Amino acid sequence: MLDWSSPLSDGRVVLDERVEPRASWSAVVARGDTLTIVDVGGNQSADCLIFDALDHDERYSVPDTITWQGNAYVRTGTVLRSGSGAALMTVTANEIDRQDTIGGACSKESNTLRYGYHTHFQHGCRENFLAEGQKHGLGARDLVSNLNWFMNVPVEADGTLGIVDGMSAPGRRVAITAERDVLVVVSNCPQMNNPCNDFNPTPLRMLVTRKETAA
Amino acid sequence: MTNQTDTVWAARSDARARADLTSDFMPYLPASSSPFAPAGVDPESLVWAETVAPGGYTHRVVARGTRFRLDDPTGDACAHLLLFNALEPWERLNVADTLKIPWQAYLSAGHPLLSGDGRVLATIRTDTSGRHDAFCGTSSAAWNERKYGSSIPEGPAPAGRSLFALGAAKHGLTPRDLPPSVSFFQGARVDDEGGVTYTGSAGPGTAVEFTAELPLVILLANVPHPLDPRPAYTVGPLRVHAWPGSPTGPGDDAYTASPERTRAYLNTTDYWEARAQ
Repeated sequence: MLDWSSPLSDGRVVLDERVEPRASWSAVVARGDTLTIVDVGGNQSADCLIFDALDHDERYSVPDTITWQGNAYVRTGTVLRSGSGAALMTVTANEIDRQDTIGGACSKESNTLRYGYHTHFQHGCRENFLAEGQKHGLGARDLVSNLNWFMNVPVEADGTLGIVDGMSAPGRRVAITAERDVLVVVSNCPQMNNPCNDFNPTPLRMLVTRKETAA
Repeated sequence: MTNQTDTVWAARSDARARADLTSDFMPYLPASSSPFAPAGVDPESLVWAETVAPGGYTHRVVARGTRFRLDDPTGDACAHLLLFNALEPWERLNVADTLKIPWQAYLSAGHPLLSGDGRVLATIRTDTSGRHDAFCGTSSAAWNERKYGSSIPEGPAPAGRSLFALGAAKHGLTPRDLPPSVSFFQGARVDDEGGVTYTGSAGPGTAVEFTAELPLVILLANVPHPLDPRPAYTVGPLRVHAWPGSPTGPGDDAYTASPERTRAYLNTTDYWEARAQ
């Protein structure tokens, strides 16, 4: 079942793109614009990096985001911060209980640890990030900790943590508003070994809306 | 008495007269001269011995197999740690993989510190503290300015990230090369709803020992944990000692602790053996 849904924010649609299962995507989102990510097929992890569009050293930081809000999960109101503490984007609407930012990205190499060497030939999010990042002059040094929209990573009382079945469903959405001009890079996770996408990658829809200013 | 420094000869004598002064926060050279050599370690074998000042940082390149130890003598140290493969520094600590691969968020003895390339950079071998944190990273300039009114490295409340940037620069690395860090001796725990609670120190006299599984650039910043609720910039001295040892191998508990970890060590050895020939 696929549900392409619609923007989760008012305003004029200035970008509407579909991301194939397993593929990468990127766009510059202007300050004040809102990016809606639609989980078209449900339980599809959208691994995400965010950079200041003009200064790529200023980039999304998991620990700064966690520290400033005192919480490890991302929900409506979470300010997505850079390593210097600056606000890059804010989660302005969210249709699942919580979003993940501690699980990181999969890669050819880390998959061999988790699932065995037979997975080494498979495509991963780190590969998507490298391929998409190269379009913007980004390399391995720029791949830091990331967000995983629609992925569920609980932490048990004894510290046990891992990726489990998601809380998403076809057509569920998250909306993030740019606090400055940002470059958003997404890997539509290729995982076939992992409940992060029900072992079956599905598409995403990326919608950017712009608030109309009063005439 | 005023110093005689009105000629070069006098200035030279004045400078040389200072060299035997000591400080509580200094490297011990040769390392065997450390007054704090760890029990059971031959002081003559030490390759690095130092007491890092509160609000200070240090950095070192160490060989594969090196055993390095952090000591918190007062219970107020907070050792923010970054690791890089010294041969290819774009391979570096990856906190997400460090938690995800062992399926465990709380660092303790036996835990591998992983890179993003499927290899182990270092292994925690012993731990008498148990108060560590891999969620909150280190402090930023904005955080310390808000909390302490200052963040500059030469000021009273240096931010960990600023100190990391200085240490990195001395190895040709830039802020672009700084990933999230982990911290030792000041803990944090996450509850069911994701809330992060600072759990503080286990008290004075604890230590953590690591094995370097590859040649490493080690960066250490000794600054308060970001969630330390004390209003003053509170941090104690951090001691560092290192000596030669062996990388974690098939006979070690850490190597066989889980199938994921065994494959991580196999990947590391595979890389090293191809690279080192």
